[in-house]
Amino acid sequence: MFAAPALLFYAVFVLRPLFLTIQFSLYKWNGIGPSTWVGLSNYGKIFSDPDLYVTILHAFELIIYFSLVPVVLGLVVASAIRRISQSRMAVVSRTVLFLPQVIPLVAAGITWTWLFSTTGLVNQLLSAIGLRGVTRAWLGDFDTALPAVGVIGAWVQIGLCTLLLLAGMSKIDPALYESARMDGAGPVREFRSITVPALRQEIGVCVTVTVISALASFDIIYISTQGGPGNSTMVPGLEIFYLAFSDRQVGVASALAVALMVLVLVVILPIQWLTREQS
Amino acid sequence: MFPAVPLFSRRGRRGAAVTAVLLGGVLAASACSPPGGSSATSSSTASTEASSSAGAGTGTASGSGTASGTGTASGSGTASGSGTVSGSAGTSSGGGSSSAAATPGCGSDPVEMTGYFETGFPLPKALTDEFTKQFPNVTWKIREDQFAVITQNAPRVLADDPPDLMRLPQMSELVKDGLLKNLDSYATAYGWDKWPASQLEQLRVDDKGQRGTGPLYAMGLNFSLTGIFYNKKLAQQVGMTAEPTTLAELDAVLAKAKQAGVTPIAQFNGGATGGLAFPLQNLMAAYGPAAPINDWIFQKSGATIDTPTNVQAAQHLQQWIKSGYFAPDVNSFDYAAMMSRFIGGQSLFIFDGDWESGNLDKQMAGNAGFFLMPPAQAGGKQAAMSAPLTFGIAATAKHADCAAFFLNWVATNQKAREIDVTVGGSHPMGPADAYMPPAKQGTVTATTLAAGAKIGQDNGAMDFIANATGSIYAKSWTPELQKLVAGQESAENMLKKVQSDYESQIGG
Repeated sequence: MFAAPALLFYAVFVLRPLFLTIQFSLYKWNGIGPSTWVGLSNYGKIFSDPDLYVTILHAFELIIYFSLVPVVLGLVVASAIRRISQSRMAVVSRTVLFLPQVIPLVAAGITWTWLFSTTGLVNQLLSAIGLRGVTRAWLGDFDTALPAVGVIGAWVQIGLCTLLLLAGMSKIDPALYESARMDGAGPVREFRSITVPALRQEIGVCVTVTVISALASFDIIYISTQGGPGNSTMVPGLEIFYLAFSDRQVGVASALAVALMVLVLVVILPIQWLTREQS
Repeated sequence: MFPAVPLFSRRGRRGAAVTAVLLGGVLAASACSPPGGSSATSSSTASTEASSSAGAGTGTASGSGTASGTGTASGSGTASGSGTVSGSAGTSSGGGSSSAAATPGCGSDPVEMTGYFETGFPLPKALTDEFTKQFPNVTWKIREDQFAVITQNAPRVLADDPPDLMRLPQMSELVKDGLLKNLDSYATAYGWDKWPASQLEQLRVDDKGQRGTGPLYAMGLNFSLTGIFYNKKLAQQVGMTAEPTTLAELDAVLAKAKQAGVTPIAQFNGGATGGLAFPLQNLMAAYGPAAPINDWIFQKSGATIDTPTNVQAAQHLQQWIKSGYFAPDVNSFDYAAMMSRFIGGQSLFIFDGDWESGNLDKQMAGNAGFFLMPPAQAGGKQAAMSAPLTFGIAATAKHADCAAFFLNWVATNQKAREIDVTVGGSHPMGPADAYMPPAKQGTVTATTLAAGAKIGQDNGAMDFIANATGSIYAKSWTPELQKLVAGQESAENMLKKVQSDYESQIGG
């Protein structure tokens, strides 16, 4: 009974749109006029149109930046912070690292477009250390736009991962570290044999959250590149938006949305399963 | 229809959700005086409108001052100044034959008009404010969005929350869905059909969705013109002694600028804004005639963009890219950045439109020049993108008559036409012999207005290739032009790809 209001909201705002999306994906519809039943042909289009399926490949590439980098760096940073947990520096560095999570993604995107611009800080620093040759408009170059967007994502995600992992570390019994040290283990060995295994669940959460944010990314890219140059940073989330609102192909957009949802589930479920098994 | 600054301004995309709701002015003291019903008191209100001698004020007729009785449309209509509206119902110079009841107006009861305008453009707001001053019973509730947002929202806004007056994006699809009001009856009532036909051509859509012919579905607040702006100081510095009169001369200037270490052209082409479409279309019209380009934009059956002269144009553009005539980071900056670079003296040329004239006169006073794209052969015809600043009325709008009256007022009222030029920077719509507000000698505004005459002579007005379909710009031109810059696409394939996208968009 207590769950009834929540269930109602869930049904109205989650389930209903979900089923509507699935329904729309089977029609050809411009959002206003009459619609025609087209069966699964919208799905066929996703996998036959290179402009559409390349967006999914981009999303996978973003996993490296949105997920792999933050989790690995997060682990390193968190264990470093844990070692200095008594000092005031720990609080400062925690705050600084978590700041990107607090800043709206739109603001982050704008800030980074300035940093990455031709005369931005990144290029100024590169020039200052004698690397003028590699300076470029990072977000306007076909080869560097996607990695540059990835850097923004990594910057945003690293704080979350660090904080989650730090919380996990605080649960580890200090006695474990002590006994390991008595057995002659160095910091690296400690990290490998105690910290990482103990954090399996936290790592699982980090990976899950960040992978979803990589596959379903929208805001950072919408702000920084709008999918350009060319289609080099086009991702499914953005493509769905363009298809539905500028192309007015609600059917194809819905089909891509459903495909994206399935894709996320397919990627996430094994991760969940892997991390749960151990516990 | 012209995607003026809007599509391009970065702030717009960020502030997608930001809408400014403005109240269209405060009721004046004489709030109750009807626009239609002219009484002695309302006449006197009108006389406070500085030089606006016409009876456009609170509805009274004719400069002869014989206003009397409700709704007289003045027998002596021609006395009311050049082409301005006289008489309550907005009939102009009707020689006494017109009757006030025949043409739609705003009535005399308080009316709150809903408007959906474009952020960053002061013109519509300036006009509605002036309108409220002259017709105090009409107030405005205005919502503003960036052009890209308007484009995305247009069908749903028109269907669910129909505004009385709306800035329109590409409109053929909106007409197909029956979302826009057919303005033909207003055109007849107000005499728009007697204006130069070319002004309204782009606003006509037939039952197949082709533009150029068929019923009128929108109206312009003014019409813009595009060409090449240049920095006079830099021009002197690189040795450009006269404005280029042929394409070859333009090429020579570009080369000189490059040699002198001045960025020849800072054209925006970053993100979702393929600004190289400006020079591309200019080149197309330099190499070939303008008419087939318009046919393509208007979706005439069988039209193609992939023609031999257009391929030449695209190759020429590619040559400019290869020669380094564009800023090296052209793929990374947007419209706003282009403007700040040009105004800051960081580039010799930009391809842009006269909606910036007023701005440049202010920020680069005396230092900005303008010329039309020169033809390929000396003495050849010149063409330019020139399009009305399109406004339409929702099919189910509550105050359609008043909106139409406003549109007519904008084109024919003297004060409105002055605002059109001073605030909007572009040529007002309206009859060919209508009052033309003077622009100050030596300003860019004066130059761009004068250039309009040349385009008229050469019959060289084109709509913008970005307006051919609702998504051709975002989905085809922009990515393809960015690829052209990066050397990932050839000129020939670019046109082929755009053409195939175009066909699938029209077919679908």
